[in-house]
Amino acid sequence: MTEPQTRHITLRVNGQAREITTPVRKTLADALRTDLGLTGTHLGCETGLCGACTILVDGRAMRACLMLAVQAEGHAITTIEGLAPSPSELHPLQQAFCRHHALQCGFCTPGLLTTLVEFLHDVPNPSEAEIREAISGNLCRCTGYDTIVAATLEAAAMLRPQP
Amino acid sequence: MKSSSFEYHAPKTLDDAVALLARHAEEEARVLAGGQTMVPAMAMRLARPGHLIDINAIPGLDQISLTDHAMRIGACVRHAALGATAAPGPFGRLLGLLQHHIAHLPIRTRGTFCGSLANADAASEWCLLMVALDGRIEARSTAGTRMIDAEDFLLGYMTTALAPEEMIVAAHLPTLPPGTRVGFHEFARRAGDFAQSMAIATYAVAQGRITAPRIAIGGVVSRARRCPEAEALLHGATPDPALFQEAARQAATHAPLVEEDPYLRSLTETSVLRALTGAA
Repeated sequence: MTEPQTRHITLRVNGQAREITTPVRKTLADALRTDLGLTGTHLGCETGLCGACTILVDGRAMRACLMLAVQAEGHAITTIEGLAPSPSELHPLQQAFCRHHALQCGFCTPGLLTTLVEFLHDVPNPSEAEIREAISGNLCRCTGYDTIVAATLEAAAMLRPQP
Repeated sequence: MKSSSFEYHAPKTLDDAVALLARHAEEEARVLAGGQTMVPAMAMRLARPGHLIDINAIPGLDQISLTDHAMRIGACVRHAALGATAAPGPFGRLLGLLQHHIAHLPIRTRGTFCGSLANADAASEWCLLMVALDGRIEARSTAGTRMIDAEDFLLGYMTTALAPEEMIVAAHLPTLPPGTRVGFHEFARRAGDFAQSMAIATYAVAQGRITAPRIAIGGVVSRARRCPEAEALLHGATPDPALFQEAARQAATHAPLVEEDPYLRSLTETSVLRALTGAA
């Protein structure tokens, strides 16, 4: 086998341009964690099933383990580290997750939050059933989902424009 | 696990893409669009392509074009773009019914319609739609472009008529005339999981009688297929629950199941019955 092919790329993550040289076979999830130190994106199964590595690409929720890092060039990436509006203020979904104890070990939480950010953008007034379907691709082995759903309903109300 | 090494190409034109495919066909060159099956297959080392040809940078492949009678879906159109609002009338309703069942939200934003056809999983909703509506695949190589009927394209479980040096450029689907009733039912163990059994039913009613019935089943068979016996029974008949029950029974009886199993046959019958009964 010849030397693995590498590419020099610029990733735009949470509003910042970051340059890396990466083997072409490296996934975006691995590049975020190991090259950029953004370890908030968690890797569970690395095959797209568990949902823990879900990030936002141009505002759409996608699996960071199912994209190559080289494919992310030219796109705006948002990870869990970029969700809060400032170091002193959490995103409304994060606030609601805290209030409802919607996390225990926290492994699935980054993927749930990014998935739900896109979902609430598309469906601002969801039913409980719609929320359960939206997070059907995110496995949580601690909470049993009830508190996650409750937090999402509350966050949806907080995010809706007030009449 | 991590994927094995490969050479990555991101051509900017279709001509370059098919030239790369032709040049590297012997070294297992593969086309990468959404990657929602290919990338995990590579991570598990079930696929070890020598060359990956990423077609996402080719302009125009993400386009859907809709005429009065047909839709053309480019090779990079994502599942998420093909919901109920993608087309008016019964065709759009049918797209919406199916799209809802394809994996999970963060997969639908990235995975593609045409990638699903190339993968040819027996549980693919889009393969089922292509067979149900007599869709065609536009395939291109350095030798030119050819159109392949869905029936001839899907050869069997995860096997297609696509040659190693060919790529799908688009899928073509005839839309459905106004007034067509469309129904879909799927059994899966959980939301977004692979279909165990699924069925599409479409028909119109003229002077109280069924015209143009189409029944297609998937999941329980090695590739999506039509149910000619059930369609023959429905054609020209008056729609009523007993007729639908008998048509569902015919569809299940004649289905070449992947294994002989009374449970799968029962799921098939119920899928067809619910697709027919739910058609609106």
